[in-house]
Amino acid sequence: MSVTTVERGPAAEPAAAFSAPSYLTEENTVASWLLTRDHKRIALLFFASITFFFFIGGFAATLMRLNLATPGGLLQPAVYNRMFTMHGIIMVWFFLIPSIPTTFGNFFVPLMIGARDLAFPRVNLGSWYVFNLSGLVVLYSLVMGGADTGWTFYTPLSTSYADGYVFAAAMAVFINGFSSIMTSLNFIVTIHRLRAPGMTWMRLPLFVWGIYAVSVVMLTATPVLAMDTFLLAVERFLGVGLFDPNHGGDPLLWQHMFWFYSHPAVYIMILPAMGVVSEIIPCYARRPVFGYAGMTMALMAIAILSFFVWAHHMFVAGISIYSGVAFSLMTFFVAVPSAIKVFNWTVSLHKGSITFDAPMLYALGFVLLFTLGGVTGLMLATLGIDVDVHGTYFVVAHFHYIMVGATVSAFFGALHYWWPKMTGRMYPETWARFAAILTYVGFNLTFFPQFILGYLGMPRRSYTYPPEWQSWNLLSSAGASILAIAYILPLLYLGWSLFRGRKASANPWRATGLEWATRSPPPAHNFERTPVVTLEPYCYDPERDTYVTQEGVPHAG
Amino acid sequence: MPASAPPLRPEIQFATLEQQGDAAQLGMWAFLVNETLFFGALIFTYYIYRIAYPHEFAVAAKDAVLWCGSVNLVILLTSSLTMVLAINAGAQGGRHAMIGWLIATAALGCVFLLIKGYEYYQDFQDKVVPVVNFVAKPGAGSAGELFWVFYWIATGLHAIHLTVGIGLVLYMLLWRIKRGEITPAYYAPLEVVGIYWSFVDAVWLFLYPCIYLVGRS
Repeated sequence: MSVTTVERGPAAEPAAAFSAPSYLTEENTVASWLLTRDHKRIALLFFASITFFFFIGGFAATLMRLNLATPGGLLQPAVYNRMFTMHGIIMVWFFLIPSIPTTFGNFFVPLMIGARDLAFPRVNLGSWYVFNLSGLVVLYSLVMGGADTGWTFYTPLSTSYADGYVFAAAMAVFINGFSSIMTSLNFIVTIHRLRAPGMTWMRLPLFVWGIYAVSVVMLTATPVLAMDTFLLAVERFLGVGLFDPNHGGDPLLWQHMFWFYSHPAVYIMILPAMGVVSEIIPCYARRPVFGYAGMTMALMAIAILSFFVWAHHMFVAGISIYSGVAFSLMTFFVAVPSAIKVFNWTVSLHKGSITFDAPMLYALGFVLLFTLGGVTGLMLATLGIDVDVHGTYFVVAHFHYIMVGATVSAFFGALHYWWPKMTGRMYPETWARFAAILTYVGFNLTFFPQFILGYLGMPRRSYTYPPEWQSWNLLSSAGASILAIAYILPLLYLGWSLFRGRKASANPWRATGLEWATRSPPPAHNFERTPVVTLEPYCYDPERDTYVTQEGVPHAG
Repeated sequence: MPASAPPLRPEIQFATLEQQGDAAQLGMWAFLVNETLFFGALIFTYYIYRIAYPHEFAVAAKDAVLWCGSVNLVILLTSSLTMVLAINAGAQGGRHAMIGWLIATAALGCVFLLIKGYEYYQDFQDKVVPVVNFVAKPGAGSAGELFWVFYWIATGLHAIHLTVGIGLVLYMLLWRIKRGEITPAYYAPLEVVGIYWSFVDAVWLFLYPCIYLVGRS
């Protein structure tokens, strides 16, 4: 195979009329959407699917927080178990993992590298159908009574003792993995082969780097989970003992293979979010991102290190103390590239000309929440502390800071930042700023009390607790109601802006990326002419308030 | 796929056919990275248990039908050769040779599956089908059953992959080549199928010693 890395963009288009209809208006039959190969339409299809699952998973969370508002509880214990299991499965595999890659990645990777589509448009569409198939299976599992194993499916609970629809839930995860694989494979090939002329690797916007890093992780971690859930399904369905000590199997093997995927999966959720924030911060601080090369290396370092830290989930599961020490050390190494990123984002603000618009508020919220989630992650990576707080609400709070606080903030940041490009309409800025601040307040009110509860010793996955912990739990539940409003609010005003919002210009934020070089919303094949890249991204000048696009076009303030 | 009428044009997202072929090959290699991890996880699990129960696994493995596995190894290796010869013929415009070698490749794949089917029948006779028809051999214990669970999962997944491979070769023969879409100027689809075929072959190269040879002497 040819290993040439010379960038070859698409040929000049055959004189497309400038008034060519946008991708939204080109043809609007049901078939034209369901059989579309346009990456932008597929991104919107994914957006609809994951939004649906976000609210299903959110509904389960609402019931959990209602239940925990009082020590006695509201739900039957068995129902509570099913709620936290389905909340975990749906939020992890049906919202967080696909969230940014399948929507904004799908929409903007080709636009940002100057390509006319992804390399394999049919595979892209297939990915959406596979995703929905797995979604139907997980809904089936939920409607029939749900699973009660926790999202981790630990054996032998999941194989021998659980009486829910574990088989269906595991199959849903198995099928869902193929969607991840198809999407990530597409991104890798697209970023390697379809960059516009002049778009070298070190000129790629950091969002594209984030998507590239996440695709590598998805492609190499997901098959291990696929094999793991396949073996689990075989054991549960046929009754042979792959993880069952009665048959010579080892229950810990499940955990090793599960976390070999699921720890990288956490980085699957965070890497694209880091990419989003690296786009937003330079644009709203009007200055180049600090340490671009370091940022790209940090992304790849996090991606690679993610494969060598999995057993820090198993410190108290019975692994040897020596592997505990090794995995603890490797986990601390992850802090290095993560800190590089946080420091670089911070320094990128220095002497900038900062505007606190909604995307920027979400991005700054991301940095703060990611830092808090990361620092508590280091506490958990410390062997002694982990013994104390393992399996408590401290862990729950930690990973919600990363997965919800950071990733969902970045998701909403991306949604607002790119909304004009995707829809051709401006969103109402005041409402959006209000929602961004409300998200930050609601999130901290919900999850900071859980750090305290965990440190006091409240175990996770428990439907009840002693009465003296009620005030913290009540605070958390109250915060969750604020968070729920902050998540529903954008649905309302963004929905309104679709019809009544001001028309967006091609580049409303005066940003430098190629995605702003085409119209809003873009035409069917993205560009009227093939862009030629001459500059690195983020050429902003805060003092003169000017910027130069990646095509080398200077713009005055 | 490109329009049937020659000359072939690249799809809208590609500038040239060469770029399209390049992307297709890279896509297959990336997919095989994923497949390697998939089978790798299975073989890794197998060796975890093999190391934990060396004796039990060795006893259980004695029931594996050695000649079937060995003949199949030769057949699959040969089929990779015929596949490469087909690609070679395609690149040089030898249409008849290409079709002939592809038919040979598909036929060898089918022979593999036939022998595998016969082996499965033998396994059933030997009572080594867990759940369905299984009697533990003296000395094999319950870990012996683990060996056979892995045997069925591994060879079953491999057979599914090989069936897909045969399907792809037939798709080349009955659709792409028939419509004249594989030419010396653009034969990337055939190459992509060839890469996949060789991977399925390589999987057997790993499964064969794991199942039939280790601990046999």
